[in-house]
Amino acid sequence: MSGLHYFTEATYLIASLLFILGLKMMSRPESARKGMFLAEAGMAAAIIGTLIDQRIVSYEWIIGGLVLGSIIGAWMAISVPMTAMPQRTALSHAFGALAAALVGVAEYSVHGGNLDGITRGALGFEVILGALTTTGSLIAAGKLQGIVRGTPVQFKGQNALNLLLALSIIGCLVATFLHPEMQAFFYAMTGLAFVFGILLVIPIGSADMPVVMSLLNSYAGLAAAATGFVLGNNVLIIAGTLDGFSGFILSVLMCKAMNRSITNVLFGGFGSVVAQAGSESTGGVMREISIEDAAVQLAYAGRVIFVPGYGLATAQAQHAVRELAEQLEERGVTVKYAIHPVAGRMPGHMNVLLAEANVPYSLLYEMEQINPEFPQTDVAVVIGANDVVNPDARDNPKSLIAGMPILEVDRAKSVIVLKRGQGRGFSGLVNPLFTKPCTTMLYGDAKSSLTGLALAVQQL
Amino acid sequence: MSPAVLIASIYVFALAAFLGYQVISRVPPLLHTPLMSATNAISGISLIGSLVMAGAKYSQFATILGFIAVTTATINVVGGFGITDRMLKMFEKRKPAKAVQK
Repeated sequence: MSGLHYFTEATYLIASLLFILGLKMMSRPESARKGMFLAEAGMAAAIIGTLIDQRIVSYEWIIGGLVLGSIIGAWMAISVPMTAMPQRTALSHAFGALAAALVGVAEYSVHGGNLDGITRGALGFEVILGALTTTGSLIAAGKLQGIVRGTPVQFKGQNALNLLLALSIIGCLVATFLHPEMQAFFYAMTGLAFVFGILLVIPIGSADMPVVMSLLNSYAGLAAAATGFVLGNNVLIIAGTLDGFSGFILSVLMCKAMNRSITNVLFGGFGSVVAQAGSESTGGVMREISIEDAAVQLAYAGRVIFVPGYGLATAQAQHAVRELAEQLEERGVTVKYAIHPVAGRMPGHMNVLLAEANVPYSLLYEMEQINPEFPQTDVAVVIGANDVVNPDARDNPKSLIAGMPILEVDRAKSVIVLKRGQGRGFSGLVNPLFTKPCTTMLYGDAKSSLTGLALAVQQL
Repeated sequence: MSPAVLIASIYVFALAAFLGYQVISRVPPLLHTPLMSATNAISGISLIGSLVMAGAKYSQFATILGFIAVTTATINVVGGFGITDRMLKMFEKRKPAKAVQK
């Protein structure tokens, strides 16, 4: 080993430690940002340590890629609105995974048959995970952006086809492992993995995206870890594994918050089945409320809890809700926000939106904390949320979402539901909350409704 | 890869997995979106594999793939850290919540 080589390895060690420290500092909002500076410094160290690698003989393509990538990355970081955070994150997963897949293919094209069996196996994992995460994330981003149909795409024999594809990919992997001279298997495997990623995500409805996002996050990390095995590089293994496990933990949390298993989310086609099952109507009348009446109700309440859902993000109503909350607080009303773990399209989506609107995070409450408070709450305001406040999940064992933990807004003294129209929510489920005697409906775009409410409260 | 290296790599993997579980399960749900975006940026470390591929002149095919990989991995790293910072700034700026609210 030359001195330079030791230097490179030292930068990798520093990077690994800084990554771990950075993530540890994420356990508190006050220190999280400083932690990320450390992680960024670690990344810079690892890049510099790599650039002096003696295998690198020319820098033009490297500099070109770094500059181009930095420009696009910086543009994305600055220009993407907070409401589009799920799409951006999905797209970012796709980019990272594509890099891992391409490096794997290039590695194979260069060293191919000379690699030993273990390395070929690791290379296979790297390319499979990288490829399926790339296309899977692109489809997820398309669904979130509305370019690809958000409802589950299902057809006859879908699961059989997926199984066949999965088996073919595994078959190719085994063939690559056993027969290094037959390179066609490797490239077939890569191609199939790209196709598999598409098929994995199209049958999953938009409402289940928090789980999908977390899983893709995990796969992208594991692809990087596999790259580390191929290159015998520990910083890649460590960073990739951290990402892989973070994504895995989040997927488990999201599934728990929906009381469903990962297999059910991935292969259940939730959202299409429900649409048929929900078609038997329960009857009952929804009572409409005017902005003026709602404003009076809010202004003279003692305690108000806002319950945001994906509708808040689509209407970009985060600033409007904060303005209304401030009006109420000026009148002495206690205002809190209740955040369901799967509200929105990715873990923590609502927290980020409300933080953008300058809502202090001490006012944001998790489900377990806030549920006991609903009975003492005068008005619960549901903003574009549906399934996460559906009392059927608790009361009706036959419901398709039975057992899913919910925010118990129906226990509040009164409920105002802000909703775009009378139609059913995304899942197509009937929500008995809407027809309860304590509930009133305020139809219209959430942003203009909230702005209207704030104005009306001010004029009281 | 020699068996010794493989075993060492598996040790690193297992320890990182354990440590990752310990560290990440302490992150509050409040910060789950920035967490995902941060870990995603960190896994953009596959950039360092791409760098060698783009600069080693193994073959034209490998160089082109390496170049694309450097570009996308850099988007991942720069975009990921950039957006994470933008989000964390929003959480950082108002600390004692009630104090701001008078």
